[in-house]
Amino acid sequence: MMSPSVLLLLGWMLVPLTMTIYFSFLRYNLLNPGTESFTGWTNYYYFVTDPSFTDALVNTISIFGGVLFITTVGGVGFSLLLDQPMWKSGLIRMLVIAPFFVMPTVSALVWKNMFMNPVNGFFGQIATFLGLQPFDFFGQAPLLSVIWIISWQWLPFATLILLTALQSLDRDQLEASEMDGANSFSRFIFIILPHLARPITVAILIQTIFLLSIFAEILVTTNGGPGTATTNLTYLIYVQSLLQFDVGAGSAGGVIAIILANIVAIFLMRMIGKNLE
Amino acid sequence: MRAISNNRKALNTAIALTLGLFMSFPIIWILILSFKSELDAIGNPLQVLLSSWTLDSFSTVQGRSDYLKHFSNSVIISLGSTFLALLVAIPSAWAMAFVPGKQTKNILMWMLSTKMLPPVGVLIPIYLLFRDYGLLDTRAGLVIILTLINLPIIIWMLYTYFKEIPVDILEAARMDGAGLKQEILYVLTPMAIPGISSTLILNIILAWNEAFWTINLTASNAAPLTAFIASYSSPEGLFYAKLSAASIMAIAPILIMGWFSQKQLVRGLTFGAVK
Amino acid sequence: MGSITLKNVTKSFDDVEVIPQVNIEIRDGEFVVFVGPSGCGKSTLLRIIAGLEDVTSGVVEINNQDATTLPPADRSLAMVFQSYALYPHMSVRKNIAFPLRMAKIDKAEQDKRIETVAKVLNLTDYLERRPAQLSGGQRQRVAIGRAIVREPSAFLFDEPLSNLDAALRVEMRLEISELHKKLGTTMIYVTHDQIEAMTMADKIVVLQAGVIEQVGSPMELYDKPCNKFVAGFIGSPKMNFLEGSEAEKYNAHTIGVRPEHISISAKEGDLLGTVGVVEHLGSDTYLHISCENSREQMIVRANANNGFKYGDTIHLTLDVKNIHRFNNHGVCIYETP
Repeated sequence: MMSPSVLLLLGWMLVPLTMTIYFSFLRYNLLNPGTESFTGWTNYYYFVTDPSFTDALVNTISIFGGVLFITTVGGVGFSLLLDQPMWKSGLIRMLVIAPFFVMPTVSALVWKNMFMNPVNGFFGQIATFLGLQPFDFFGQAPLLSVIWIISWQWLPFATLILLTALQSLDRDQLEASEMDGANSFSRFIFIILPHLARPITVAILIQTIFLLSIFAEILVTTNGGPGTATTNLTYLIYVQSLLQFDVGAGSAGGVIAIILANIVAIFLMRMIGKNLE
Repeated sequence: MRAISNNRKALNTAIALTLGLFMSFPIIWILILSFKSELDAIGNPLQVLLSSWTLDSFSTVQGRSDYLKHFSNSVIISLGSTFLALLVAIPSAWAMAFVPGKQTKNILMWMLSTKMLPPVGVLIPIYLLFRDYGLLDTRAGLVIILTLINLPIIIWMLYTYFKEIPVDILEAARMDGAGLKQEILYVLTPMAIPGISSTLILNIILAWNEAFWTINLTASNAAPLTAFIASYSSPEGLFYAKLSAASIMAIAPILIMGWFSQKQLVRGLTFGAVK
Repeated sequence: MGSITLKNVTKSFDDVEVIPQVNIEIRDGEFVVFVGPSGCGKSTLLRIIAGLEDVTSGVVEINNQDATTLPPADRSLAMVFQSYALYPHMSVRKNIAFPLRMAKIDKAEQDKRIETVAKVLNLTDYLERRPAQLSGGQRQRVAIGRAIVREPSAFLFDEPLSNLDAALRVEMRLEISELHKKLGTTMIYVTHDQIEAMTMADKIVVLQAGVIEQVGSPMELYDKPCNKFVAGFIGSPKMNFLEGSEAEKYNAHTIGVRPEHISISAKEGDLLGTVGVVEHLGSDTYLHISCENSREQMIVRANANNGFKYGDTIHLTLDVKNIHRFNNHGVCIYETP
């Protein structure tokens, strides 16, 4: 009964993967079909030494570093707050979680046009109203703006995971520590934070998998620009292969992306595997 | 349990509500803008709030024949890929949960590893295969891709749900005289339905919002809402009211489903590592 | 009709032998309790009878017919699980009706039988509820109702009371015993609690490490345990064991005396000891006594107002008629010394 799904996933994994690896060693441009030839490591050399690769690598790391910092710190804070006794907690939780359900293109476009646009955007209007110079988010701080939009989508995810984990914390443990004389700060440091360590790791690893592949947000807001200011690895490969039709270099980039993702994946798989016991 | 004073609760509620409104403010704001005229929508926030309300933007967006086309593309692609994936996944998850073999855990982990493959790594081969087999810009093509990328999550979620059905109950059914067919029909299936339906909902959400393959593999015919909204990025994006109305219609169904699936979301996206 | 026989049954999981070889004969209408410490194989034995577990070798006969390979559904046995194993998506009525539905009994007959069972078990008011809305005791009753409704030839109980609190356990114990008297159907009951075994059984099977230590009526096991294990396992508080010079007096390696077969005195007796903890139960008082002849503290069941308190010196006299003697293998010696 398992074989259909195993076969499907095996095909999904092996066929395109093999093709990517094969293409990465070819001189292959979609504009000159029929001229494919073996070139060895040239594509890799070309892709890695291209200055935009370094930019893309730095941007990729900046994006997930920035987003992970905001979502983790924010997520811990938000989840602790939402775990407090309050009225209408279901409704409030939904308000906090809602951004996660917004499709990436909508959230990118809404932030870019309705909020960060220096003329008609919400922030621009407020600034003008207060007599201040409106800030041109995508002109002055494009990468930070992209990081902010992505964080807005993923902060709810981290919050939801950590809140779920908090709610599974054994209340007896907290009461025992209270009896042992721990104040609320010590309880946070010695009981709550250690309890959250695992879910935080899981949240970080899963986000990393998605954050390495951020695409729609960049396409909609900046097209990777100005220059390569917001081009990440995924976007660079997209440009190489589907805009410049250089299949060989794009494939070499794809292989590099796969290797990077696998480094993270190994850690994530270990954590999940432990949970299977 | 100690009594918590109402003052304390009120304070918590006020802080949390502020936070909630802050987080969902962009959504609330476009909801407001979607009921305004184009001219009012680009005014300053105070003018926006004070101006009159109208349904014009919704009727304009709906009036465009292509909006409905893209909406129905989204529906067909997300439902189609979800049902197809469930069809394949249910027997697998079932077998792994109830008749586990020595390799079951390894197979599960391997399935998960396919999810770690960055889509951009296989973008080119998939694009070329789609081009050669005439699947570019077709709904069938997207259904196939989304089925494949979400299959591991679906199998995992179902597996964790099936695993939770106590073996005792199945044995009780056997003792009560149920044969295999009756056991599946009267005991297993009804107990599995809640798990299957939350898997279904989560997967519809994921498929509806998928924005890498849907953008790269479609042009105009099969483009779902993700790709359609992306095309608003310029210059139509400057029509705030219409953009807002289109966005609200695109995200509303998912927000409603999301309301019902917060807990399942955690389980599905963490592969059962956080429950 | 409800006789069950196990002939030379063995069971191994992978390479681990859990039941070396067992022979049991259960007569129609008997209430048999399998008792033993956890991991002794009692549940495995029950599941073998139920058909939920295969035998590695040997024969299971039900009503004198070979049932070794019969699936559980065809054995006409009903089982009550430790976890109750109620169907969470069905109402109480549907839960009880399930075995009847499987047997394709017509609707009118089903309703009639459910009503009867519900009345017997005091479930009439709860028939439309879901299991999740019931208390532990009520769930237990539903599980029993589901078992008795189809009138099987024998009932199997797998530690059915271990999830209940102490008071309810006593109550349900009585109810199950009464049910047995009323129905007269064979019951096989697994427990680790020797009190349940003593109070309910017609016949007790004491198991240890997959081996039957002794089979007999409760009083037989109590009066004439065939080895030290059974002697120590049956009876509460536990039997006191003495070794060394005191045992040699009776020409044995070890002697055992039950707490109620020791008399106490402040002045004279066979043994000298110091009173430790004194437990007042109201009707009786248990004295825990440190005694130089015994490695462990001895327990004596004494009258409520015996006047002894912590730290007192005490003299003990053993009731010679009620001394159990064991050889160096722990086996009971019955011929007179």
